[in-house]
Amino acid sequence: MIWSKEETLSRKEIEEMQLARLKETVARVYEKVKPYKAKMDSLGVKPEHIKTLKDLAKLPFITKQDMRDNYPYGLFAVESDKLNRIHASSGTTGKPTVVGYTANDIANWTECVSRIACMGGASSKDIAQICFGYGMFTGALGLHYGLEKIGATVIPSSTGNSEKQIMYMKDFGSTLLVATPSYALRLAEVARETGVDPKKDLKIKIGLLGSELLTESMRAEMHKVWGDDVLVTSNYGMSELMGPGVSGECEKLCGMHINEDYFIPEIINPATGEVLPEGEKGELVITCIKKEALPLIRYRTKDITRLFYEPCACGRNFCRMENLSGRSDDMLKIRGVNVFPSQIEEVVLGFSELGPHYEIVVEREGYSDKLTVRVELVRSTDSFAELSDLTSRVKNKLRVVLGLDAKVQLESPNTLQRFEGKAKRVKDFRSNKE
Amino acid sequence: MNAKQLSVFIENRQGRLGEVLDVLKRNKINIISLSLADTTEYGLLRLIVNDPASGREKLSAEGFSTMLTDVLVIKIEHKAGSLQELLKILSEKQINVEYMYGLSIDGETASVVLKPSDLKKADKILVSEGVKTMSAEDISKLN
Repeated sequence: MIWSKEETLSRKEIEEMQLARLKETVARVYEKVKPYKAKMDSLGVKPEHIKTLKDLAKLPFITKQDMRDNYPYGLFAVESDKLNRIHASSGTTGKPTVVGYTANDIANWTECVSRIACMGGASSKDIAQICFGYGMFTGALGLHYGLEKIGATVIPSSTGNSEKQIMYMKDFGSTLLVATPSYALRLAEVARETGVDPKKDLKIKIGLLGSELLTESMRAEMHKVWGDDVLVTSNYGMSELMGPGVSGECEKLCGMHINEDYFIPEIINPATGEVLPEGEKGELVITCIKKEALPLIRYRTKDITRLFYEPCACGRNFCRMENLSGRSDDMLKIRGVNVFPSQIEEVVLGFSELGPHYEIVVEREGYSDKLTVRVELVRSTDSFAELSDLTSRVKNKLRVVLGLDAKVQLESPNTLQRFEGKAKRVKDFRSNKE
Repeated sequence: MNAKQLSVFIENRQGRLGEVLDVLKRNKINIISLSLADTTEYGLLRLIVNDPASGREKLSAEGFSTMLTDVLVIKIEHKAGSLQELLKILSEKQINVEYMYGLSIDGETASVVLKPSDLKKADKILVSEGVKTMSAEDISKLN
């Protein structure tokens, strides 16, 4: 079901709406957000220079560093009496990234998530179990409000206590699961360990996965453990922009539709900042055009993707972003080669002898980087020849995909760490990671 | 007659073998014979136990990668040359030994656990030569 009529506007109508909202946002930010005014002034750009959507490229970027430099409220465009909510993203180093919402922002956020939930097949009939951590993280509350708005029954079960999650799922008849891809797989594992067959004993028919990349092999793995008839979609967002609800996949599974009446996407060359033509791969930059509290302009997401503008068979005209091929943040540089963990995941999931969990270990030996991929052997053998054949096949595949030699280390099932939130699969022990 | 061998994949990490043995002990599974072979990174523990199916189930439930393999448990006389004679029978018929280890039952008979390249054919040859093998049932009674 298509939730709102804006999703089916023509390209021309979308662009007219975007331009009007962009002009309004830039003028307001220039007036109210001093650090951004200073950036614009240093480039000699004034709000009145924005006459077409192409003029967006004249505006300066905002990065995560700007948010840190202006911690906590420096980039907000409203006074505190207008604020209705604060969220923060987990800062792995130093202070967290703080984001704020007015009442209208929360209503708009809810609207965006409602659309994404409908794209992923949700309806008022669903019983939605939200296995994202509730708290400062935007994921859980974002999905919570959006699913409630479409009339679904929400179970705010949060993360943790996986056995109890399975019990809720079974006893309450949950039909929709909200989780990270890795936690969704973990839950299926826990179900089986406790004698529950996720395909027969549970009613999950929809997986709304987010906050981590969903690779195609991960999706295939989801079908393997949860059933072929489960609609597994990924959705995208980040707290800086709003939270979940920036974009999501529809049932056609051909990329994530961006809520273009709220966000303008651009793809840039991450090294030069230059805007790339449609269809080219680069860093996603997002401008918020209908936010009151924290209207970020040209925010560099560090996510690598590309955009497609042709209308989708689902009936929506909002452009689509390809499922992420990695974050420039997650990228590892090993012996001078760029490596995305998602590339390693694709290889690991291609082997039926191996489980879906893996760990990437990078160390320095002398002057050289050493890459080890730890995997779990789920289908055992009685023969050393087969074990060494398996490791060499995995190694060869990694060499083809990464252009690097890696050591493959076989482990027993359930040896590697499991995650409830974002999986941390990389252990980089190098002091200098370049 | 085939017997079932329980094979367990073990990473080379301190205490892993002990963990396998602990599971077997807790579930009262008796080890009749074993062979432990390793490379620099991992090993395979091959076991003849009184109840291989239950052994496998219990070990899998505790997170071990396991498998049941058909092997031959062959009775031979406890005297010099008997193993050589047995292998001669097999090698004349182009059957290779993938691996083998001993299993001692009492003072008079010895046995070997043998994984031949072609189990069905090896079994047939041994039957026609009058060599005695032990079935899974025989082994379960060795308790």
